[in-house]
Amino acid sequence: MNADNRRLDWILGGAIAALLILPWYKIRGGFFSFGWIGDLFTKSDLWPATVQVAIGRWQLWPVLALILGALWLRHARPSGADRGRWLVWLGAAGLVWLIAEGLAIGTRGWNWGLLESMFGEVAGQPAFGAGAVILAVAFTCLISFGAAERGALKGDAFILTSISMLILLVATFVFYPILSIFTGAFQDIDGAFTTEGVARNIVDPKIWSLSCLIGGPSCGVAWRTLFLALCTATATTGLGLAFALVATRTAFPFKKSLRLLTILPIITPPFVVGLSLIMLLGRTGTLTQVIEGATGLEFGRWIYGLPGIWLAQVLSFTPISFLVLIGVVEGISPSMEEASQTLRAGRWRTFRMVSLPLMAPGLANAFLIGFIESMADFGNPLVLGGSGGVLSTEIFFSVVGAQNDPSRAAVLAAILLCFTLSAFLAQRMWLSGKNFATVGGKGDGGMHAGLPRRLAWPVITIVTVWSIFTLVVYTMILFGGFVKLWGLDNSLTLEHYAHAFGITWGEDGLRWTGVAWNSFWTTMLIALIAAPLTAAVGLLTGWLIARQKFPGKAVFEFVLMMSFAIPGTVIGISYIMAFNLPPIQMTGTALILIMCFVFRNMPVGVRGSIAAMAQLDGSLDEASLTLGANSGRTLRRVILPLLRPAITAALVYSFVRAITSISAVIFLVSAKYNMATAYIVGLVENGQYGVAIAYSSVLIVVMIIVIGGFQMLVGERRLRRRSNPPAAKEATA
Amino acid sequence: MSNPQRGAVEFRAVRKDYGGFTAVPNLNLKIEPGQLVTLLGPSGCGKTTTLRMLAGLETPTEGAILIGGQDVTRLPANRRDVTMVFQSYALFPHMSVLDNIAYGLESGGMKAAEARDHAARGLDLVGLAGRGDRLPSELSGGQQQRVAVARALVLEPQVLLLDEPLSNLDARLRRRVRTEIRELQQRLGFTAVYVTHDQDEALAVSDRIVVMKDGHIAQDGAPRELYEAPASEFIADFIGEANVIDCQILSVAEGQARIGVGGAELTLPARKGRPGAARLAVRPNAFHVRTDGPGLEGRVTSAAYLGDHIEYEIDTAAGSLFVVDAASSTARAPGSSVRLQFSGTGVALIA
Ligand SMILES: Nc1ncnc2c1ncn2[C@@H]1O[C@H](COP(=O)(O)OP(=O)(O)O)[C@@H](O)[C@H]1O
Ligand SMILES: [Mg+2]
Repeated sequence: MNADNRRLDWILGGAIAALLILPWYKIRGGFFSFGWIGDLFTKSDLWPATVQVAIGRWQLWPVLALILGALWLRHARPSGADRGRWLVWLGAAGLVWLIAEGLAIGTRGWNWGLLESMFGEVAGQPAFGAGAVILAVAFTCLISFGAAERGALKGDAFILTSISMLILLVATFVFYPILSIFTGAFQDIDGAFTTEGVARNIVDPKIWSLSCLIGGPSCGVAWRTLFLALCTATATTGLGLAFALVATRTAFPFKKSLRLLTILPIITPPFVVGLSLIMLLGRTGTLTQVIEGATGLEFGRWIYGLPGIWLAQVLSFTPISFLVLIGVVEGISPSMEEASQTLRAGRWRTFRMVSLPLMAPGLANAFLIGFIESMADFGNPLVLGGSGGVLSTEIFFSVVGAQNDPSRAAVLAAILLCFTLSAFLAQRMWLSGKNFATVGGKGDGGMHAGLPRRLAWPVITIVTVWSIFTLVVYTMILFGGFVKLWGLDNSLTLEHYAHAFGITWGEDGLRWTGVAWNSFWTTMLIALIAAPLTAAVGLLTGWLIARQKFPGKAVFEFVLMMSFAIPGTVIGISYIMAFNLPPIQMTGTALILIMCFVFRNMPVGVRGSIAAMAQLDGSLDEASLTLGANSGRTLRRVILPLLRPAITAALVYSFVRAITSISAVIFLVSAKYNMATAYIVGLVENGQYGVAIAYSSVLIVVMIIVIGGFQMLVGERRLRRRSNPPAAKEATA
Repeated sequence: MSNPQRGAVEFRAVRKDYGGFTAVPNLNLKIEPGQLVTLLGPSGCGKTTTLRMLAGLETPTEGAILIGGQDVTRLPANRRDVTMVFQSYALFPHMSVLDNIAYGLESGGMKAAEARDHAARGLDLVGLAGRGDRLPSELSGGQQQRVAVARALVLEPQVLLLDEPLSNLDARLRRRVRTEIRELQQRLGFTAVYVTHDQDEALAVSDRIVVMKDGHIAQDGAPRELYEAPASEFIADFIGEANVIDCQILSVAEGQARIGVGGAELTLPARKGRPGAARLAVRPNAFHVRTDGPGLEGRVTSAAYLGDHIEYEIDTAAGSLFVVDAASSTARAPGSSVRLQFSGTGVALIA
């Protein structure tokens, strides 16, 4: 029982130290710059909580009192269920109080007029700083330790603490921002409550007009986005299916290389496809010139607008659909098709009556993924949008542009969120109703039926044409960086690369003169910090979901997976709305970018670790427990070593995603912390296509190297270890 | 070690629900120190659940569990003085055999070098000395099983738990390993709780067998007791096959009952029987199969030649009987009429 007291001592010690030493409030220059130490005696904002209380910040009294209460409990009461209950109450009260006072008192006093009229004036306070953060952690620990002493989850403090920390983090970095969108919609510039913005925007014909149906110039942006998403989803599903069928059921000679396609969307920054479409099909595009020269027709600017965006999205997302559908097509038990054939059905009938219906849930899944991706896409519409944008770009322009109308952005974000979440819920319901697609039956030998001939030829043709198109688009990206002025002056040059990545050797040593270096190194640094955090949080969460039973687990898992469906633009806008003002102020820092990446990319780590965990015999954990190891040791010594491949995958994925993503990032970058993608978009807006393309190609090459390097590392490890990892599996079989 | 109760186990009114489903309704069980007790029962009867509650991997919904006289109901698995051999062995595939065995010792705070010393001795104990550097996947199934036993035993637990430890071995190996486990247990004198659904295995290794059915204890006693004095049809049939037939107790005197069955008569220990209708458990090999003479009249309906014995289905006045005849080497033709004489053993009144 000593462990109960020991961990309590640690956390109380930490809390008291934080109250006595650490600055309670946020430091402008950043805590870790330590420049603030010099100002310590002159600026009251830098003082720790105990001093803040002394100079009249009464709102911190309860915090002190609660910690003293916990200290008293520690020494006056033996550990056990009774003390546990009190600790839970203390911790919960502390958290609630921190949230309440943080939200209620802003920089200029009360945040709500009502409170001011009730309690009189109060001095404003800055955002939470190091001290407050540690106290929030301490209160969360008190709750978990108390619950452990009461015997919850078999008294496992490690698991309880992990769960409550995750809930705290997800609440702070997913829920609170989303909530801020909705409250943001009802606030004016000063933060006062108003319905004016919502009332104005919710009926705005620019959003909801259906005039194009009756011959008007264009429909509202909501309908346009929906229409685009439906078209994109249809096309990507169809193409993805064609690719999947060709890859698994025909004698197509280049099947292996088809699979390479699936890596493309991971390593391509989202606007790059749009960019190369401009170079190909824009007004001075290569293909445009060839066709115009041959036919004398005038194409104009058709690529800027929905058709162009659609084309770019289909190019970008078909590989994802292919990836989803190849699993579906392979998952159909061959014996079903063989059974059908022995029942005198020909190939065509077998395909139509057996294979296709079995694929239906998978197709629906691919459709919804395409739908959500299209809705969430920001890069391509930004590059190709021209006058007719979609919701995600419209959100962006309503905060950065001349408009600067946060409530409009909030309304648009809410609409976009409703669309994607509905799609996500539809997908969930559809899948839960029809799980016959997961056939994976036992002992399935047999061969998949080949495609019926009348289907094979059209499908192979489509796939070939589309593959060539994709190839051309990507070649364009690589070559575009070497051409002086695309379409006008096609002479070769290294100018763009020199401009972006120039290095000179001057008197004072090496100088990074290229314009891209700054954002490039920032990007690498932030991606390198974010990747291990993402992997750690994702894997821990996956382990908890896969192996632990706790109340509310289903909800927890559902919420996590739902965050997949939140478009990056919405995340971006929600982060600036949530973290621009106290109690939590992070805009303009590197931290906000890191947190954004961690919680945006975590669900993939979670899925990966759940899948990997499913292959590990659950009795391994239990064996470790019965051998006297606690959960922490079990995780460290048994689970993590066995999850190495999943860890590597999560690391690579989060690293690469941190480099390529743009939609959320573009809201969060600052002059000090600018990211590569945001910088490239800036180049595009200035018309510097050559440099933009050069920079993009460098990013793609860097990511290929990273992925390749990681894969080599994993491969080597497998060679060194003679055994095939899960031996327990083999024994169970 | 001075604790006289060391190794004793007690379940007090233990109940376990999974959601709305009750796996174990009300279990009361005491296990003496140093005994090997088997939980035996058909699949799904709650054996594993019982064992896992003892290990601390499941928490009882109600009731208390005592180990060594101490209430451990709320104690997590890693703080209980019991270890477990898993059905799948659950050897850590990324650690060498020696590291696997040292794992528990190190978890308990032992220094690495000392732990490896201990582990090597444990390996010796199960006859695998010198194989410590291998990975589990480089051992045969039987060897893996022994490593799992060694890993659990080096911690010198009060109680060793074994959940169907032989089910992944082939039939021949099973017999050998179960003897080894029994010998080890008798030599070191630890308490063991052994789960199996195989009655042969249970009869072979146990000091005491607890037969479970639907979460209840159906009967509990020494192997011989269960075989010779089954308390119910279920036990009679589950512990070595048995024909359960109706009979009449004609009279009871001095603990012996005279019994009439389908025209034949025999005398058996009365147990709790009273004159009147009763039921009899008759083992398939409890008959001599004769062409004529006294005994139960019957007609062969099917016969199967199985090398060293012959199996019959025989229709009699007492019902259709399954009979094993090891005495003759040629099967009687179906349809032929026979007389079944009780051989004197393998028959018991069901109390
Ligand atoms: N985790 C669980 N959740 C729900 N039901 C369970 C769980 N574990 C076991 N059961 C049910 O409890 C009953 C007893 O299971 P178990 O103890 O594993 O039986 P066995 O005697 O075969 O080892 C079974 O009906 C099983 O389906
Ligand atoms: Mg079992």
